[in-house]
Parts: sequence; C-alpha cells; structure tokens
Amino acid sequence: MNKGLIKLLIFAVSLVAVIFVTSCKCNRQSDDMLSVSTDEMAADSSTIKSIESVKQIFYSLPSPLETAMILKRSGATYNEELLNSIDNVSRYNTTKSMALNLGIYSTDLSYASLFDQTQATVKYMTASKKLAEGLGILNAIDNSVIQKLEENINNRDVILETISETFLNTNSILEEDDRVAVGSIILVGGWVEGLYIATSLVPDISKVDNEMVDRIVDQKLSLQTVINLLKQSISNADVKEIYNDMLELEKAYDEVKIMVSNVQVVNDKKTNVAMLRSRNVTSVSTAAFNKLKTKVKELRTKYTA
Amino acid sequence: MRSFVNIIISAAVLLFALPLATNAQCKNFAKKVCRLELAPYIHDGNYNAAILTEGEDAELFKTFYAGQQYRIAICGSESLTKIEFMVMDVDRKVLYSNVKNNYAITWDFKVENTQQLIIWVKVPVVSPKTEELKSGCVAIMFGLKTN
Repeated sequence: MNKGLIKLLIFAVSLVAVIFVTSCKCNRQSDDMLSVSTDEMAADSSTIKSIESVKQIFYSLPSPLETAMILKRSGATYNEELLNSIDNVSRYNTTKSMALNLGIYSTDLSYASLFDQTQATVKYMTASKKLAEGLGILNAIDNSVIQKLEENINNRDVILETISETFLNTNSILEEDDRVAVGSIILVGGWVEGLYIATSLVPDISKVDNEMVDRIVDQKLSLQTVINLLKQSISNADVKEIYNDMLELEKAYDEVKIMVSNVQVVNDKKTNVAMLRSRNVTSVSTAAFNKLKTKVKELRTKYTA
Repeated sequence: MRSFVNIIISAAVLLFALPLATNAQCKNFAKKVCRLELAPYIHDGNYNAAILTEGEDAELFKTFYAGQQYRIAICGSESLTKIEFMVMDVDRKVLYSNVKNNYAITWDFKVENTQQLIIWVKVPVVSPKTEELKSGCVAIMFGLKTN
C-alpha cells in the first residue's frame, strides 16, 4: 500500500470519526430537553441483550389555543386593548424578543378568534408571520394561511383548525431544526400572555368570585411545568433569563394555595367520556392576588417593550 | 481509489442526513396521521413526538383544566405494531391504561378540577429475540373539544 493511500485512509477514518462524534453531539443538543435516566430493560433470562435508553421527558404547556379556550370558558370578555399592539412588531429584533412575542401574538390571535374577531385574528396572524420569518421558521405561516383565514371569516371551526395547524408547523419545525430553546420561549411567551389577559380581566377579587380567579390560581400548577420546561434548555442564555423571571413569578405565587385530593375515575358509558373526579382546595387573599397581578404585568411589560 | 473516496463521502452524507430525515418523518407522521385521530376535537397545536425503540418509554407532564374536555391520542408509526400508554395522577396512581382497553390509541376525558397528570408511553418488545429491535416515531397529541 503506498503512502498516499495510507494517508487518505487515515484522513477518511478521522473524517468519519469526527462526523460521527458531531452527529452524536448534535443529537444530544436536540435532546437537551431529555432527562437522563437509565432504563435497563431486562428481557427474560435467556436474553443477553439489554437496552440502555434515555427516557424522554416532555413538559407540555397549555398552547395559545388552549389558553384562549380556558379564558373564554371562564367567562372572559373580549378586550382588544389588552392585546400587544401589532405596531410593536418592528421593535422585536432579537431572537428572545421575537420568540416571546411570537408566543404573545399567538395567544392574542387565539383569543381574538374565539370571540369571532376575524379582522384582529388576521392582523395578529400577519404579525406572527413576520416574527416567524424573523426567527427563520420559514413556511410555518405562509400567505395561504392568511388567505384561508380571510376566506373563512364566518367559519370558526376552519379558523381554529388553521391556527392549530400553524402552531404545529412552528413547533415541529423548531424541533426538527434542533431549536428546542426557541420553541420553549415561544410557549412561555404565550402562557404569560394568557395569564396577563386573565389577571387584567379581574379588577378586584374581593368583589368577584368567579371561574377566572380559579383558573388563575390553577396556573400555579402549570408554572411548575414552565420551570421544568425551561430547565431543559437552561444552557441557553435567553432561556436562563426567562427562567429567572419565572422563579420570581413562583415567589409571587407563594401565597396562592392549592391542594389537590385523590382522583377518582368515573366512566360515562353513554358518552364514552371519563370524568376525573377530585376535590381541589384553593385559597388566595386579595393582597396575594394583587401581588401576583402586579408581577404578571411587570413581566408582560418587560417582554413586550 | 475513486470508489473508496465515494464510499467515504456517502457515509459522511448519510451520517449527517439520517437524524434530519428521521425527524422530518416523525413530523409528517404526527401531522398527517396522528393528528387525524383527534377529530372531531381540535388539536391544541403542540408537538410532542420522538423516535422510540422497542423497550423504551417516555413521560409527558401536563396540566388539564376544569371544564375542558380532552382527547389524548398516542400513535406509533407503521414499524411499531402497538404502543402502551397509561394516564397517572401526580402520585402515579393509574387512572387509565390502554392495555386494558385493547390498545386503544385515544382516550376522551374531562377533569372536575384542574389536575396535573402524567402520560406514560412505552413501546413493548414484540420482535422475536433473533431479530433486531424496531424503532419508530411515537406521537403524543391532545385534542380540545370546542363546544
């Protein structure tokens, strides 16, 4: 074997090794959301093979669409003044601000759509499109989406389906592109916006005993999911900042109490829909609510600035 | 010599492209197959999918809200014949197991009070011992009832 061939062989082996290592690292990054826990699957005694796997852990936040549905179901009214103005879209130039406000606009457009505010829905979808493009999430929201919304102004089901599809496109493209951190920031932006709209719609809890307050209290449970979700990408500087904000929000939630009792399943054979029965005991004082409301407003102002 | 170089280049391209192609397949599977299982519920828009191998499991944590009716759909791509899933409360008490329901891929439910639940999924080993374990995409999707 001549020297040239040996050199080429060494080069080729090194190249493959480097590529292999890079590829593994790349996968690791994409999976930085994974909690590493080794699960050795024991097959029967005659099977020597055992698998070491990395258990996948997902933390799923309420999507902007679910947040808007919760708002509406809790008796929310529509107030366009609460939404983040689309005139602000040109201000968002960093990855963090674009991602946060893509989430915020996504919740705003979902909220508008559930109240049949089609013009606002189209406006907010257009603003979302700009931010998605700014984030390099091409094709997640294209012109056909805007056109479909405009052509179906009286068909809420089509509008909701279209919105749902654009969210799925955005989330899956980010996942595919190894940009889990950006996806998490978008979700957290959308969640904070829902909390902001909800708390803004309750002027004084001492005068109101309504479902909206219950849902705001319930967000204490989702806040834990938010924190765990962000922890998975904590090496990202933008995520770290938002994570710290969420720890402050957690402190604001300290005086909001929520106790969950045992869950019992009751199956309805007629509808085939199971009911999970339980008794939650919650408590929130006026002072605790106002403290929470102030904190939420502070974060939302910071994110939309 | 030229063919040797070609082999190396092909191997390199394959190593780079394979993870991307697999992710894209998973995305398409979730969008074009699993999402349809949610009808007439509306998909919430979130994407939770991963490539799992026989014997592997995964968990998803989510808060479900009082008053909202949900459908969970857990689907495995063609190479995986069946997927097990369980819904548990935070104390890991099993509330639903699809194994006891003929490996149903959907479950409809609502919660009286807001609850955090854990969805556990596992790809059981069905391949004969002599064969290589199969891998495929597993998607966990949620539908929301609108009315």
